[in-house]
Amino acid sequence: MTLKAENVSKQYFRKTGQANVFFAVQDVSINLAPGQLTVITGRSGSGKTTLLHMLSGLLSPSEGKVYLDDTDLYALNDADLSRLRNCSLCVIPQARSAVETLTALENVLLPGMLYGKQDKTADALHWLEALGIGHLQNACPAALSGGELRRMAIARALTQGGDILLADEPTGDLDDENTALVLSALRAAADAGKAVLLVTHEKDALDYADQMYQMNAGHIAGYCSKEG
Amino acid sequence: MKKSYLSLKNLSRRPGRTAALVLLTAFIAFSVLGGSIVVSSLRRGLNSLEDRLGADIIVLPSSAQSKVSFEKLFLQGTTGAFYMDASVLDEVLDTPGVAAAAPQTFLASLKADCCSVKIQVIGIDPEKDFTVQPWIQESYARDIGEMEVAVGCSVEAGVGEIIRIYDERCRAVARLAPTGTGLDTAVYCTMDTMNTLLQAAESKGISHKITSDGDRQISAVYVKAQEGADIDQLNSYLNGHIRKVTAVRTRSMITQVSDSLAGVTRTVRILIAAVWALAVIILLIVFAMMTAERRREFAVLRLIGMSRRALSRMLLTESLLCSAMGALIGAVLAVALVLPFTALIESSLGLPYLTPDWKTILGYALGALLLTVLIGAASSAFAAWKLSHADPGGALREGS
Repeated sequence: MTLKAENVSKQYFRKTGQANVFFAVQDVSINLAPGQLTVITGRSGSGKTTLLHMLSGLLSPSEGKVYLDDTDLYALNDADLSRLRNCSLCVIPQARSAVETLTALENVLLPGMLYGKQDKTADALHWLEALGIGHLQNACPAALSGGELRRMAIARALTQGGDILLADEPTGDLDDENTALVLSALRAAADAGKAVLLVTHEKDALDYADQMYQMNAGHIAGYCSKEG
Repeated sequence: MKKSYLSLKNLSRRPGRTAALVLLTAFIAFSVLGGSIVVSSLRRGLNSLEDRLGADIIVLPSSAQSKVSFEKLFLQGTTGAFYMDASVLDEVLDTPGVAAAAPQTFLASLKADCCSVKIQVIGIDPEKDFTVQPWIQESYARDIGEMEVAVGCSVEAGVGEIIRIYDERCRAVARLAPTGTGLDTAVYCTMDTMNTLLQAAESKGISHKITSDGDRQISAVYVKAQEGADIDQLNSYLNGHIRKVTAVRTRSMITQVSDSLAGVTRTVRILIAAVWALAVIILLIVFAMMTAERRREFAVLRLIGMSRRALSRMLLTESLLCSAMGALIGAVLAVALVLPFTALIESSLGLPYLTPDWKTILGYALGALLLTVLIGAASSAFAAWKLSHADPGGALREGS
């Protein structure tokens, strides 16, 4: 599956200097192809996360379209878009994203539970082990550190099994060893045929990427790919 | 793992918040059901009093008013003994506009060795009586015989037991249905039995005689007016033309009770409304706080594909579970606390109080349960709508 943004913009009404409208993202087009790991970098406030939210079906663009293959995401009703998010669009959010009343394992299994999918306990345990938190499967989120919670969210997205994986600063509070572990896992997901988007400040991430976008003030300011 | 599992986990792993919601809804159910039982009991008590008095006018000796308050006599079961000549009955019957008149004779037993219990004994003339007799016949199809009594439901004597009144042995042959009034604490016998008891009382040195003719003493005459007769006019006529008696319109007695009852009912209803309003406001605040507290959790659920509808349903399920649990606890507490204290409530209110039967109480309980669950669900509906329409992206970025 290919995820594509065509000339998307997101504007907010807020006083900035003389204008009342602030563009978080302006006229951005991006293509996430299967088997490719795409990295977006840029300074804080450059619009990376806003773009990722628009790509994940969470935030409707003010202008432009987002397509998953031929499906216009924002032309779908809430029920269909939600199901699509569950089946195809796996997101690793930037911040703490655990349901506090469930254990780590239950959190990882949660997406599968929503639409009564087949039991993915084996996959969930595999990813928890692979990311070094298998021993914490029965722990509640309150007992986990920031890094462990981040890896739990990654395990959840990988277990979810969609064709698109969107990761927002997934290595934000990880040490070098775990950063490498996570980046390798994302690379492996791309190699397995997923379209992977990685929003990061991590310079090492570029080593794993097939293409890279640089964002600045809501615009795409630069692009490069392995193919040149 | 099913979707309802998520709701149950949310409730069980946040015991403080769950307990607060359960407690609040229990409070609503308790006040609704408890208040309904009290209001219904008062209303039934008044209806019962109207049915049991069954007369338009009661004629009593003028001296009676100074001895006992009529309200206390009929509502609280205070014993009273006052007499007038039985010829008053004939005078009443001869009065134009009177359709029927029935005599009653009162005798108060003593709290002494000669009497089993201190009660009001009421002698009736079964042939003339139209007030007590229909009530007795609800429980006892035959006529009450010599030295037999029908006992009010609050008298501590079972059917077949012997009650000693001034050392005379009377057999209880019937136990009457409750009225919620002072009539429940009396026993009823024929005029013949009453005369025997009056003589027995006299032999114990308690003389009630007002005439030399001991057989012709009565305490009250219950009067039914002819259809279409002006009862106020009839009442005035009886007061003006029969000497040494006071004619009292039963409606004025009932109106007084009815006014008091209206006041109590209004107070109870205001209290219920206040409890409701307070509880609903608190529930709205609790759900609003919960909304703020759980924004990120709901954003995560939206992120992984939960639809708005499913999210609202999950919140409503949680609120319904809490409300149902609270409503059940509140209803059980209301029944457990209000019903055993019927006598205390009755005496402290000083009004006729007749508890509804279990079927009616069950109906009220089901109504209170339903209402409480609906209030709980309705209070959370706005929070559910607001949460499901919140921007998940914004919530996820908070604190990142």
